[in-house]
Amino acid sequence: MTLKEVQEQIIDEFEIYEDWMDKYNYLIELSQDLPVLDSKYKTSEYLIEGCQSKVWLYAKMDGNIIRYTAESDAIITKGIVALLIRVMSGRSAEEIKDANLFFIDRIGLKDNLSPTRANGLFSMVKQMKLYALAYFAKQQKS
Amino acid sequence: MFDVQKIRSDFPALDQQVYGKPLVYFDNGATTLKPKVVIDTLQEIYSKRNSNVHRGIHYLSLRMTEEYEEARKRVRKFINARSEKEIIFTNGTTASINTISSTFGEEFVKEGDEILISAMEHHSNIVPWQILAQRKAAILKVIPMNDQGEIVMEKLDELMHEGIRILALNHVSNALGTINPVKEIIQKAHERNIPVLLDGAQAIPHGDVDVQDLDCDFYAFSGHKVYGPNGIGVLYGKEEWLEKLPPWQGGGDMVEKVSFEKTSFAELPLKFEAGTANYPAAIGMAKALDYIDALGKDQIAAYEKELLDYATLKLSAIDGLKIFGAAANKISIVSFLLEGIHQEDTGMVLDKMGLALRTGTHCAEPVMTRFGISGTVRASMVFYNTKEEIDKLYEGLIKLRQMFR
Repeated sequence: MTLKEVQEQIIDEFEIYEDWMDKYNYLIELSQDLPVLDSKYKTSEYLIEGCQSKVWLYAKMDGNIIRYTAESDAIITKGIVALLIRVMSGRSAEEIKDANLFFIDRIGLKDNLSPTRANGLFSMVKQMKLYALAYFAKQQKS
Repeated sequence: MFDVQKIRSDFPALDQQVYGKPLVYFDNGATTLKPKVVIDTLQEIYSKRNSNVHRGIHYLSLRMTEEYEEARKRVRKFINARSEKEIIFTNGTTASINTISSTFGEEFVKEGDEILISAMEHHSNIVPWQILAQRKAAILKVIPMNDQGEIVMEKLDELMHEGIRILALNHVSNALGTINPVKEIIQKAHERNIPVLLDGAQAIPHGDVDVQDLDCDFYAFSGHKVYGPNGIGVLYGKEEWLEKLPPWQGGGDMVEKVSFEKTSFAELPLKFEAGTANYPAAIGMAKALDYIDALGKDQIAAYEKELLDYATLKLSAIDGLKIFGAAANKISIVSFLLEGIHQEDTGMVLDKMGLALRTGTHCAEPVMTRFGISGTVRASMVFYNTKEEIDKLYEGLIKLRQMFR
């Protein structure tokens, strides 16, 4: 699936939820399915600190694609982290660095990912793209 | 008779829905909503009466100056200061504290001197003193608190000595709600010739503050936390202290005579009010103080105590809910955590239920560190809140616990 198609799939999944509690319940569910981040990556080096919740992000190159693993100490944020990983992970650096994450707005989570929001999610997206940019630059060189 | 429904109708912002749910506003510790009389006053000023104060010879300016000075008198009366000279308008509590940390610091603090604060201060009453300590190579000392969130008085006695230049203390803790025994502490400080600055941001909205009775040397508070407009605050200082302090910021209004060789400064209180004052906000704040006085400070305190007791009882009954701050003497703030649920999750879910609460460190990180937590959820209630709203919070939290089971 393309980056666009995964986002459309997520938008479809969220369409059935009429109220916020259902949306949050779904995010809680998603948080439970998120693969655990190895504790050796839960250090300040991988920490994206927001004002309230913490997000840890680890990225590695796998052939030509980037794989992300991440976790948060807050559950709803962790559910959103799971969505971001589903959209971004396993793609080329070039695709990630230019990703337009339109699904966030469409499923009503814009507030959660705005730069003024005091959590790590906005910074997480920025960091995901920075990794991609760095890998992309490296690829271009070699 | 305290008619809360009638009072609520004075606050237009209460009459609205968020996410299709009636708004429950429990974030009063961050800022209070404004009564219509305050909003109307600002609108009238900007529509018809606006003119700069203290420098005009024309009708509007003269009237505005008169109103501005009336507002000062109003504040003087509200906190029972001796004279209007002791009432400085600033843009908020933080600016008031910085005025003193800078000017008092410049004049009276030298290398090796100690500055005393408490473990329950919010950042506005920590950072200015830290900056001063760094600038002057002075030492910042902290009075500890106990598990209830109260100042440990025995430790205070140990820490207080003649080498301390100033004690800066919050009257009421914003994160825990503790009302500190400030009168007793001030007395102890004065016995050792230590002047005391009180950060009254959270105290002023909840009860009677009499600066002469407290005998504090400086008192700081904000308009927006006391039902007034944003961008206005008060610094009270005893006249004998303010006379001794140098001006802080330079500019218009704070001068008597200016030449390129020498400037002489204006008399109190204008010496500390450089630049164009926020006179509309000052006048608006005076209206808010009128509003509070009309309701009655004692009646407000009694009703808010009822809310606090009800909320404490109700929320304590929730399995796994822990309240932080169990001081015997508290304002209507309940700071809490649900076991195993991050405060951010709690805040986000409650938000979608129409409940506005503050989550996080409440700009008092050391307080959170003291309790070994990363933050709390804070319900700060005032006289326009109701027991029915507390019931909604209770029901919301029960539902939330089921969601995160």
